[in-house]
Amino acid sequence: MEPLHLHYDVDGDDFISAGEASSEMKKVLRRLGFDPDIIRRCAICMYEGEINMVIHACGGVADVDINEHDIVMKLSDNGPGIEDVEKAMQEGYSTASHNVRELGFGAGMGLPNMKRYSDEMTIDTAVNVGTTVTMKIKV
Amino acid sequence: MLIKDIKEILDAKVYCGEDFLEAEVHSACGADLMSDVLAFVKEQSVLLTGLVNPQVVRTAYMMDMRCIVFVRGKIPDAQTIALAEKKDIVVMSTEHRMYVACGKLYTSGLVGIE
Repeated sequence: MEPLHLHYDVDGDDFISAGEASSEMKKVLRRLGFDPDIIRRCAICMYEGEINMVIHACGGVADVDINEHDIVMKLSDNGPGIEDVEKAMQEGYSTASHNVRELGFGAGMGLPNMKRYSDEMTIDTAVNVGTTVTMKIKV
Repeated sequence: MLIKDIKEILDAKVYCGEDFLEAEVHSACGADLMSDVLAFVKEQSVLLTGLVNPQVVRTAYMMDMRCIVFVRGKIPDAQTIALAEKKDIVVMSTEHRMYVACGKLYTSGLVGIE
């Protein structure tokens, strides 16, 4: 297959619309005929990442590179950065607000879920500068 | 089990997705925390939840779920129904509480995923 690049702007003002980029990516992966398990793993990773960008960083951008060997999702924001990455990776640790928790997220499961379902994940972050999370899923 | 059986067993009201009531479903999960739903990558077809907002539909869509059941008489808002309609997901609401709704489906043969 021809390598494919997708780019999405993730709006940070609207929690309700969070997940649109993930939905669009999922649609493309389905059209390309990837295995449903691979698609579901990509969708989970991207969706949790998108939610994180909206609740912590006022949005950002998502870039997805697709080829026959792997799918690479890169989510970048100019948010507050992650002070303690090791802590942020622990299940149950979260700095999300009560509002976000009421909506069913912010329980400290996002990053662990992303790590669990990607084959490779790197977090590049600096306080007051921003965060880039890159996740690779092998096809 | 068919989605229409869930409607019957839970005495539920369907809000959208009537065209898919004949679809077959094999497993379900119950959760109010969407990240808990997203923590299981295995295919599950039905989500029972007490949480009502459009992110419930997005979560179900990411997980390839066919049907959402809102428990304890929760009524989905127009935005939630519209999104579910777009994603071909059946949305229904039952008066039963979470524990009872899950129990009724489980004992009728709709299992969970270990």
